[in-house]
Amino acid sequence: MSTLVRNIVRFILFILVQVFVLNQIPPLHHLVVPYLYFLFILWLPFKTGRRTLLVLGFLLGFSLDAFTGTFGLHSAPCVVIAYLRPFLIKLLLPREEVEVNFREPSAWSLGVAPYLTYVTILTFVHHTILFFLQALQTGGLVYFLVKSLFSTAVSLLLVLLTELLFNRKQGLKVNLV
Amino acid sequence: MRNIIVFIRVYFTFFIFIFFLGLSLALLFKYNKYHNAVYSEAASEITGMLSTQYNNVAYYFELKRVNDSLVKANEALYNKLRADYEIADTAENAIIDALSVDSLNVFRKFLYREAKVVRNSVSQPNNYIIVHRGRNQGVKDEMGVIAPNGGVVGTVVQSSSNFSMIMSLLHSQSNVSGRLKKGGETGTVIWDGKHRNVLLLKDITKSARISQGDSVITSGFSYKFPEGLMLGTVIDIINDKSSSTYTVRIKPAVDFEDLQFVYLIENLQAAEPNELQKNIKNK
Repeated sequence: MSTLVRNIVRFILFILVQVFVLNQIPPLHHLVVPYLYFLFILWLPFKTGRRTLLVLGFLLGFSLDAFTGTFGLHSAPCVVIAYLRPFLIKLLLPREEVEVNFREPSAWSLGVAPYLTYVTILTFVHHTILFFLQALQTGGLVYFLVKSLFSTAVSLLLVLLTELLFNRKQGLKVNLV
Repeated sequence: MRNIIVFIRVYFTFFIFIFFLGLSLALLFKYNKYHNAVYSEAASEITGMLSTQYNNVAYYFELKRVNDSLVKANEALYNKLRADYEIADTAENAIIDALSVDSLNVFRKFLYREAKVVRNSVSQPNNYIIVHRGRNQGVKDEMGVIAPNGGVVGTVVQSSSNFSMIMSLLHSQSNVSGRLKKGGETGTVIWDGKHRNVLLLKDITKSARISQGDSVITSGFSYKFPEGLMLGTVIDIINDKSSSTYTVRIKPAVDFEDLQFVYLIENLQAAEPNELQKNIKNK
């Protein structure tokens, strides 16, 4: 499967899973809202341009917003994490050759600890901005902070499950060509 | 000039970022007020079709519960049938009077239309319900919505040709006039966006005698709902000493998670009072 097709399929799957599974399951607790769709941005290939990332981030958030009827609510955090992603990768990956040798960020290409840091930071940023925007309408600072923390924890668990379910172990790119 | 161009070129990505972020925030703050939500026609028709497909499957899992609730609703309606009541023989002491209006004629005020729920959310701070009935099937904005058990669900805020969006009671801008059934004190039912099993009834005078389990019903002050529909039951009272009114926590009468059918209520006599109100405002 080419990179383009794979990412288009991922885009559609992530949106459908978020809308029809995660948003539909009975809420575990009013402080816990599971989110997974933003993993699409985290999984985009290394060589995606920064501008393309921003456009894709906006499109992803906008598609979800079309289902929930809250335009802008999910687009804003997605654009932010799409903007932060290259900086974070550069920070966690001083070695140039990884970007050349591997297709996309994963526990295999980055190493377990840096990948975990990468996912945790971006998940937390996404949730904080999302719940902050929601809190602007409903209020409650402590409520918003606690909600971000708990939801981040649950989302990280979901990311872990997704990583285990879908093995993204890649050979070196040189071997694939 | 050259420096400006260089500056823009260097920071071009950043500008794109600012542009998209600005666009998102503008959309969020400008159009998410429920009254001018741009739940665009195209978006709602496409997402509506997808949601209908999804609901076709999900509906089966709820069939048993839906059936039970519909049977109960039917039972309640049978009990209201005119044939169930025996009218006292009043012919003996009939008084002939000269009524100029034929009081035997009744005028319909509320018209109910059923609608299938295709999408429903309870976990957001602003929850919407989407139903498969739109402008082509007689839906108008500001129509009241109730569940089969007679509990209030929300208000229609936007409709496309075949789908409508309902602002549920679980919405930060939801605002329904409620009344304590026992004492008759009226207040406003709102939601604080936190717990989906708790609504707040605000502005109840402190002279009210409230106990746990009291019914809260619609007051009939708004044109959306007939009087006496269940809003919920009292859980407890938040006694704010600095305020002269009570805020009462109530448990909603409707289980928002399990909604499969709702009834949209059209007030056929709303035009006249609305016009009066408009005239007063213009004076």
